[in-house]
Amino acid sequence: MYIIVQQIFFILILATAIWFFVKKISEIRRNIKLGRDEDLNDQPGRRWKNVVLLALGQKKMFKRPLPAILHLFVYAGFIIINVEILEILLDGALGEHRLFAPMLGGLYSFLVGFFEVLAATVLIACVIFLIRRNVTRVKRLNQAELNGWPKNDANLILITEVILMSLFLVMNAADLRLQQLQAEHYTTTEPFWISQHLTGIFGNMQEGGLVAVERICWWLHIVGVLLFMNYLPYSKHLHIVLAFPNAYYTRLAPQGKMKNMPAIQQEVLYMMQPELAPTGGEQPAEPQRFGAKDVQDLSWKYLLDAYSCTECGRCTANCPANMTGKKLSPRKIMMDTRDRLEEVGRNIAKNKEFVDDGKSLVHDYITVEELRACTTCQACVEACPVGIEPLAIIDQLRRYLVMEESNAPQEWNLMSGNIENNMAPWKFSPDDRDQWAVEMSSSGQ
Amino acid sequence: MTIKSMAEYASNGEAPEVLFWVGCAGSFDQRAQRITKAFAQILDKVGVKFAILGKEEMCTGDPARRSGNEFLFQMMAYNNIQVLNGYGIKKIVTACPHCFNVFKNEYPALGGEYEVIHHTTFINQLINEGRIVLKEGGEFKGKRITYHDSCYLGRGNNIYEAPREVLAALDVELVEMKRCKTTGMCCGAGGAQMFKEEEPGNTRVNFERAEEALGTGATVIAANCPFCTTMLTDGVKNQEKEDSVKVMDIAEMVARSLA
Repeated sequence: MYIIVQQIFFILILATAIWFFVKKISEIRRNIKLGRDEDLNDQPGRRWKNVVLLALGQKKMFKRPLPAILHLFVYAGFIIINVEILEILLDGALGEHRLFAPMLGGLYSFLVGFFEVLAATVLIACVIFLIRRNVTRVKRLNQAELNGWPKNDANLILITEVILMSLFLVMNAADLRLQQLQAEHYTTTEPFWISQHLTGIFGNMQEGGLVAVERICWWLHIVGVLLFMNYLPYSKHLHIVLAFPNAYYTRLAPQGKMKNMPAIQQEVLYMMQPELAPTGGEQPAEPQRFGAKDVQDLSWKYLLDAYSCTECGRCTANCPANMTGKKLSPRKIMMDTRDRLEEVGRNIAKNKEFVDDGKSLVHDYITVEELRACTTCQACVEACPVGIEPLAIIDQLRRYLVMEESNAPQEWNLMSGNIENNMAPWKFSPDDRDQWAVEMSSSGQ
Repeated sequence: MTIKSMAEYASNGEAPEVLFWVGCAGSFDQRAQRITKAFAQILDKVGVKFAILGKEEMCTGDPARRSGNEFLFQMMAYNNIQVLNGYGIKKIVTACPHCFNVFKNEYPALGGEYEVIHHTTFINQLINEGRIVLKEGGEFKGKRITYHDSCYLGRGNNIYEAPREVLAALDVELVEMKRCKTTGMCCGAGGAQMFKEEEPGNTRVNFERAEEALGTGATVIAANCPFCTTMLTDGVKNQEKEDSVKVMDIAEMVARSLA
């Protein structure tokens, strides 16, 4: 009876957790699809290669070896320990205890022992990460755009992982002690590698107390895991899921290439060769906004980028504008894009469709000053371990500013005027363009 | 030497081996003109049959596009492609990584498809083919030299090695800056920043980069881009090191080392 109550309770919690998770994920999916269409299904071979190298292989992480190794511990631990979660879920649903132990025998103890080692490395790595964030205060993890919620988010993730791993280890230690006391239900296994050294923490605790500890740890652990799963979509930690699709859809063209605007290409063509322009008949479709004012004007891929960002700040640490004290931070561009997209998503959830709220990504979230500071050097794109392109968003916002708002510094207006009239960004006579060649010829060089 | 324009080649019914796209900086900026002349001198010396567009050349539209002015970019691109395709140009060499990037990555979608090569890669090929012969013990031999990767050659197009191979052929002692290759720091000129004041900050991008370059103890800062050359020269001046440290384009170094 006692077990059946636990079983029902467990299945209810599990179903609720999955329901909320699926709901939020479908909201995120809807939000991403608010972006403009872009077909990114070409060259699947190269795309899968990026998934393997960037997401699975963490190639770009290893530009900074220390955080890369610590991150690898957490990442490998996370993925592999999930195998253990499978057993925990089945135990919970079926009212079993260590379902796989009798089937796997010695291998079971080996596997759980191995998971324990991973749990310990995850725990240690997370503690070091907490120290880097809060004690040694690594610069890129303590910049202005992280003040408030983003810092709490990061610490919450790390502390949760420390707690979950501790619960897992304490649970196994209590389990081992119960096995030694030959308590009912507690299947005998070999002592696990880490938890066998932890049994001392229980002192002379008797069977009743140990069962309580074991059960509490088991429940807190699995409920914690399910809560954490539901926390993911609200957190920067969502990268553990989205890094994979993001690596698949990341840019394949050279980083120097800026996206073409076929609508303007066409317009210029008709201006230069009016005979090619369509005559009368059907009205051309309502033209899209030039560049991007708000998140809906961006390609869906850049919105996926925003949800994939874990705010590590490698982009910002490599940004020449940021390094020299300008307001621009590529990480903030991504965070702002996500925040605005979430806001638009809430607006849609409330009003059934988007109702103008008088706000936009540019101006209300990202200022003109930030956008102006970009040198388009692509260091942010190069640095991102999961293939995010902050520059692509900056490019689109700049296009909006210049073409829709005529919002450019006076020097850029002069530059454009020179290009248009003198075919060079400076005010030189186009007749002097080959003056250097004339000089070379006449000086007999 | 005489430098012939594409129009002259065409009127004689001839075709050059390659079109030298000079670019606006190389044409008008006094400092960059020296790079242009050095590269032309190399081409002339080794007998590469090249043409320039001369007065028919126009801005590629790169700074317009990067600043957000796509209309102007498309207009410049349309006109340039008309001229280039009109002459049936197949191969372009340029000493400007921004022009290089536009030709290589952005004009093809607009109907301008050419084989494009940056001058440092071209020089490296000429050295490897034995067409450029360098002096034994030239003036850069054994000198401590650092190399600044331009963004649009390096990160933009993954060209890191060709310029370094040229420096190796000059027998220099290459000292890399901490931020080099994929993590190379920008000079501050890209994205049309060259044509406006920087936003408020602690320092200028070119000051910071020049300081890093000077930190290597190099006597020459080698560059591959006329804009980087200008920015770094200003940065070196800011540190009052212009008498002891020179910023030079790789073409200038090679031109001075020709046998």
